Amino acid sequence: MGHAESHKALIWKVFGLLSLITIVEVVLGIIKPEFLFKTQFLGTSILNSLFIILTVIKAYYIVYYFMHLGDEKKNLQYSIVLPLVILIPYLATLLIIEGGYVHDSVAQYINWRY
Amino acid sequence: MGANIADKSEGKTWDGGSVKPMGASYGKMMMWFFIVSDALTFSGFLAAYGLTRFKFIDIWPIADEVFTHFPFMHGAHAPMYYVALMTFILIFSSVTMVLAVDAGHNMNKKKVTFYMFLTIIGGIIFVGSQAWEWKNFIQGSYGAVQLKDGKIVQFVKDGHQIALSDFVVAHEKEAVDHTRNNGLWFESGEANPSFSVEEVVASFKANHDVNLRLERIDPETKEKIIVSRAEAFRFLEESARVVEGANLEVNEYGSAQFADFFFFITGFHGFHVFSGIVLNIIIFFNVIIGTYERRGHYEMVEKVGLYWHFVDLVWVFVFTFFYLV
Repeated sequence: MGHAESHKALIWKVFGLLSLITIVEVVLGIIKPEFLFKTQFLGTSILNSLFIILTVIKAYYIVYYFMHLGDEKKNLQYSIVLPLVILIPYLATLLIIEGGYVHDSVAQYINWRY
Repeated sequence: MGANIADKSEGKTWDGGSVKPMGASYGKMMMWFFIVSDALTFSGFLAAYGLTRFKFIDIWPIADEVFTHFPFMHGAHAPMYYVALMTFILIFSSVTMVLAVDAGHNMNKKKVTFYMFLTIIGGIIFVGSQAWEWKNFIQGSYGAVQLKDGKIVQFVKDGHQIALSDFVVAHEKEAVDHTRNNGLWFESGEANPSFSVEEVVASFKANHDVNLRLERIDPETKEKIIVSRAEAFRFLEESARVVEGANLEVNEYGSAQFADFFFFITGFHGFHVFSGIVLNIIIFFNVIIGTYERRGHYEMVEKVGLYWHFVDLVWVFVFTFFYLV
């Protein structure tokens, strides 16, 4: 608190980085390079995994530089980040595996011949 | 009220004393914990979306084919440009917010006012854009036919989807829309679609270059399967109704759950943006009348800033899971 010096240069740098990542995402999403889009890895295409990784990077920069979580005490940082980092991947993994299982058991009964 | 201004509560036992294990004021810490719980709520929604999507992985609508509109460019096929623009607007309003917080640290009232104002404008533009996106989605762009078992079939020409109005010849409309004026006075029915099923089927027979596309995705090409015309007639024999646009029950782009999740998750996010704008406006006026100048610090701007960045953070994930993946 108090009369800290201005972090303007850093803020604009982070903005530039976030914009760059967004542009890369949109360009990849529009051209969908064959080797990324058609290659399956861990149940989805490499392109999708790449999008998720880029999104997590964006999230990191927003939380650490825009929300200034990096300036907080270590114990506050961990009490915010750890529950999210543990619970969200846990929930997502279980539900997505379950969704794939439901698909595998049900899709074969849908009729596509008339 | 001492708890609101934790800086000045030092030494008072009932405010927790001077020991601050987390090194943050009460208000700021509680904003952080609210954000943690809200993040878990959004994760729950997005994980449920993931479950449903994997459940219908072979028939899920392809986002590029659903969101193709751009303002002032009629009929242009512009996948994702618009949401990319919306993402920029929100990231930019996040930047002006963090600049306002930064100016607050330097007790620069003028700059805080200016940047808060820009943030509010950015938020309003974003919510307006979302409303426009919803309008396009609800109105639909092509129209489709729903079969008796609920499947959606669309029409294509040379591999590109075409609107019903591009090839269907309408005869005189026999069905009359049920409005409050001509039926039961206390209720009105749904508007009739522009074309009847019979007109669509007859026009499909007459136009030999129009083909039928299923919801189903070919795992090899990752594109929707287009069936032969002979097969198409067998599909169209099962036609139940013409679908134009999307609502919670039926959706011309395919699976109804896609529309349900779209409305629910972007709606819930849009509501967060709206609340954020309201909070920002309140703080904006407090800044103008000098509340924080007198208080000696601009921590309130920091707190609404946290919320505003969180809204931006959620949008980053919604953007990825609805439009990119």
